[in-house]
Formats: sequence, structure tokens, C-alpha cells
Amino acid sequence: MRLDLSHIQRWIEPHSRVLDLGCGDGEFLQILRDQRQVRGLGLDIDRHYISAAIARGIDVIEQDMDKGLANFPDQSFDTVVLALALQAVNYPDRVLEEMLRIGREGIVTFPNFGHWRCRLMLGIQGTMPVSSFMPHTWYNTPNIHFCTVKDFEKLCLDRGIRILERNVVGNTNRPPMLSTRWPNLFATTAIYRITR
Amino acid sequence: MNTSAPDDSVGIVTPLLARFDEPLLLSCGRELSSYELAYETYGELNARRNNAILICHALSGHHHAAGYHSLDDKKPGWWDECIGPGKPIDTKRFFVVSLNNLGGCHGSTGPSSINPGTGQPWGPDFPPVRTRDWVLSQARLADYLGIDCWAAVIGGSLGGMQAMRWSIEYPERIKHCVVIAAALKLSAQNLAFNEVARQAIESDPDFFSGSYQSHASVPARGLALARMIGHITYLSDNAMANKFGRDLRSGSLGRGEEAPAEFQVQSYLRHQGSQFSGNFDANTYILMTRALDYFDLTLDHNNDPVSAFRNASCSFLVISFSTDWRFSPQRSREIVDALIAADRPVSYAEIEANEGHDAFLLPIPRYLDVFNAYMQRVGRDS
Repeated sequence: MRLDLSHIQRWIEPHSRVLDLGCGDGEFLQILRDQRQVRGLGLDIDRHYISAAIARGIDVIEQDMDKGLANFPDQSFDTVVLALALQAVNYPDRVLEEMLRIGREGIVTFPNFGHWRCRLMLGIQGTMPVSSFMPHTWYNTPNIHFCTVKDFEKLCLDRGIRILERNVVGNTNRPPMLSTRWPNLFATTAIYRITR
Repeated sequence: MNTSAPDDSVGIVTPLLARFDEPLLLSCGRELSSYELAYETYGELNARRNNAILICHALSGHHHAAGYHSLDDKKPGWWDECIGPGKPIDTKRFFVVSLNNLGGCHGSTGPSSINPGTGQPWGPDFPPVRTRDWVLSQARLADYLGIDCWAAVIGGSLGGMQAMRWSIEYPERIKHCVVIAAALKLSAQNLAFNEVARQAIESDPDFFSGSYQSHASVPARGLALARMIGHITYLSDNAMANKFGRDLRSGSLGRGEEAPAEFQVQSYLRHQGSQFSGNFDANTYILMTRALDYFDLTLDHNNDPVSAFRNASCSFLVISFSTDWRFSPQRSREIVDALIAADRPVSYAEIEANEGHDAFLLPIPRYLDVFNAYMQRVGRDS
């Protein structure tokens, strides 16, 4: 399982109702269903993922997040998950607000653009970062709203969003204390549990 | 003549007739003392009797959904693309039941049947029938076949409306509900098209206020016109452009031509109309369009589809088609949103398709893929 997903799994209560925004092929919801008896609903825009998720027995709605989530009633889910998709939506701030309207809690993971490698490439080399973790060229990428750990926390502060927990995934070759101590520099993926 | 049906076909099938002598109280308040339903089955009912699928037909459909009645048939049943061995509704796995609805004209009791009270055809005196009456009569058919609970009830268009009605009327008798190219209720535009179709029939001098059978006549022109109007709403602008464009069948648009030119689309529609009027009963067409008009899943639930769906306990698959303007994707999303708000399990796919409303009958790869993926799940649950 993807590292950010294994981190957030333990934040999800057994038997709870989970909405996974950008659920892909439904693998995560399937794990949550099988291991935590979670009642999940996925949402994705990629047509290939829809039948893949249905084939797994996962309920999925074909819907474009960028066109809004108004069809989901207030507080209708326990947890709303947005895993590695924040940077790909048109209005990340609106999606965050919607997540906390729909769910009691939100879980957000995103690639940290403040990572030292990104800074090195942009600062020294003078080019947009491309790595195995961010493999896209600047002109052909689904990722249109990169942010750093600091940026995200400032947005939460400005919008009155409470951060309940923060977790980070660093480079696996380095001691984890680096990314825990200086997340904005050493975290490759930032993971947050948020609420109102 | 063919010597055998294709391998992915259910093959040669024989229509059956079930007779019911227990009176059926209809929602209009009248009672049918006895009635018959024509149906077909494909595949085998398993020992636990939990692999049965009910197919609900649309406006002009009937029980012959798959396979062939004889090797001379030019065309298979109306949903042969989706029903058969290895197809989404896989007859190697499921026992499929498909019937002609009450009020129909393909073998089930309807306006062209004999009224036992008078010994004459019912004609316009046949009681109006609503979707809920169909569902009740389908439940009686399930009893007759020894099926306590359907693995799935499936339908497109008006068939999808019956499937939704099943989900809230008999929640304990349905595990999955597949609703394709349908809506919670008709829009004003939908109602308007149905009214024009009925007017076309009723204004035909051969209609005789519905008593055409006793006048030994058939309102063929009115019925053909009704079908032509309906048919336009089943196709998309694009589909018609691709199929016919402005191609001429005869004549020319050049200067000096006095005789009217005939476009291909004109002759196509006329052909569709005359084919239909030879195979369909005008009173049944009126009855079916009225059933469609009156369908409103929310009527007994304060116009709230969420509270209607709270009565359901099955899982749902909802499918729409991008160019369907009769029941557009927006109408399907209304169904989906109500199901989400009612906290019912639901999956939804919007299929990119050029063919308009008719797409639900066609072998569009992604449609079959989604349908098939869901039916695998239905199979695992049964």
C-alpha cells in the first residue's frame, strides 16, 4: 500500500462512514472495508478507475470535484479523505472547506513542495523539480497547485481549520527524525488530520 | 436460414404464459379479477433460488429480451447485447426472467385482450395501469416462479423506474437495483412529447375513441406518427447527423426541380413508424405513456426522493449516457444524489456515448464494462 495510505489507515474508526475523494481504483476503500468494516464511498473522474473500483465491490461515483461537492449533505460522513489530490484540484481551499462541511473530520495528504530536493532544483538548478515522486514535467502535469507544509498550515490557520494530527513521510533512506523535526525541509509527503 | 444461434446467445427460447386468478387491485381503484403475464426465462435457477434477475422493459418493450424464437428470426430479443453467456447479465450464472407488463400487447393481458365480463376486447375500457401495479404483478410472478428475493432487478428508461419502485415497495425482495438512463419522474418536456404522441393516435379517424377493434380498424397512421415523435427523442442530434446527415433518398435540391426531394431521415422515420404500427397496439401505447407520465417515485414521500429511498435496503448501480436528452445525465444524478443523502450504497457512471437515449440498448464498450463489473458483484452476493 502507498505509504501515505498506510499512515492514515489508523486514523479511521472501524465501522465508520468514509468518503474518499479521488479514490482511484478503490484499493484503499477495499482495505478499509476488509480490515475496518468501513462503509466507504469513492469519487473519481477517471473513467478507467470507475469500473476498476466497481469490480472490487467498492461503491464509486463518477464526479468532477472541481464542479463542486454540493450534492453531499452536511456532516453525512465521519471522515472525508483527500489523498495526494489537493495539488490537482482547481480550488484547494474550497475543497478543504467542503470536506469539513461533509465530514466530521478530514484527512489530507500532499507532496511537500518545500522538500530540500525541490528547493535545490528550483534554487540552484533553476528548473521546476522533477523526481521519481513528482515525475511530471511542468507543462504536462495534473498537479496545478503545489504547496509546502508551511503553506498548508497557514491556510488552515487563516480558515479556522484545526489540525488534529500531523504525520510525515520522509525519504526512506534517511532517519525519520529529520522529517519529523524539520518537516518542511525533509517531508516528501505531508499527512494531516483536520476538523472544524 | 441459419443453422444455429451465435455462441454468445441464449439460443432458441420459448415464451411462457402465467395465469393468475387472484384478483389484482390496481392503484386506480379498479380490480382485475384474473390476468395473464407472458414471460421468458434464460439460464437456470440455482438450488438456493437466489440467482434470479428480473428484467423490466421500457415503453415499447416486451418479454422477448434475448435469444431467438426461431432460427428464421432476423433479430434477437431487444436486450440481447446485455443478456447471454459471457455478457453482463451472464446466463451461465444467473436465471433471468423477462416479462411483458400488464396492459401490454405481446401476450400479457391488456387492452387488446378479451374482457371476461363482456366477451369483447377491453379496448379503451382496460383499466389504467401504473408502475406500482406492474411491480405488484411482477411480485406475483416471482411468487409463481418460487423466487423470494431477486439477486437484481434491472431496467433501462421506464424499466429503470420499475426497478426503483421495486427497491422501495419490496426492500426485502431485492438485493441489487440497476437503473439505466432513467429519472425520478418525467419533466414537463417529457410529458409534452408523450401528449403529442397520444394526440397523434387519438386524432386518427381510425381510432374510434379506442374502440377500433370492434370497428375492425387500426389507427395505423396515428400510431406510426406517435412512434416517429418518440423515436426522435431516443436519438441524439449527433447520432442523426452521423446516420443520415442531409442525405437525399430521392429528388434533388437543384434549381428547376419542382418535385419535393426526400431526405434519408424522412424515409427512415416513416419506416420506423410503419413497422411499429404493425406490431403494437394503440391503446397499449396510450396506457404505457400514461404510466410513464404518472410515475413519480416521490409522490407518497412529500416529494422528497431521499425519504422515498430510505425505504430501500438494496445496493444501486445508476448509469447515464452523455448525449441522452430524454433522460439526461442530470436526471440520473438526481437519483444518485438522493441515494447518497439517504445513505444507500450506490455507484454511478456517466458513459460517453453518441447515440442518445437509445445507447442503453447498444454494445458500447465502456457501458458493458461497467455493467459487467457490477454484475460480477451481484454474482458474488448471490
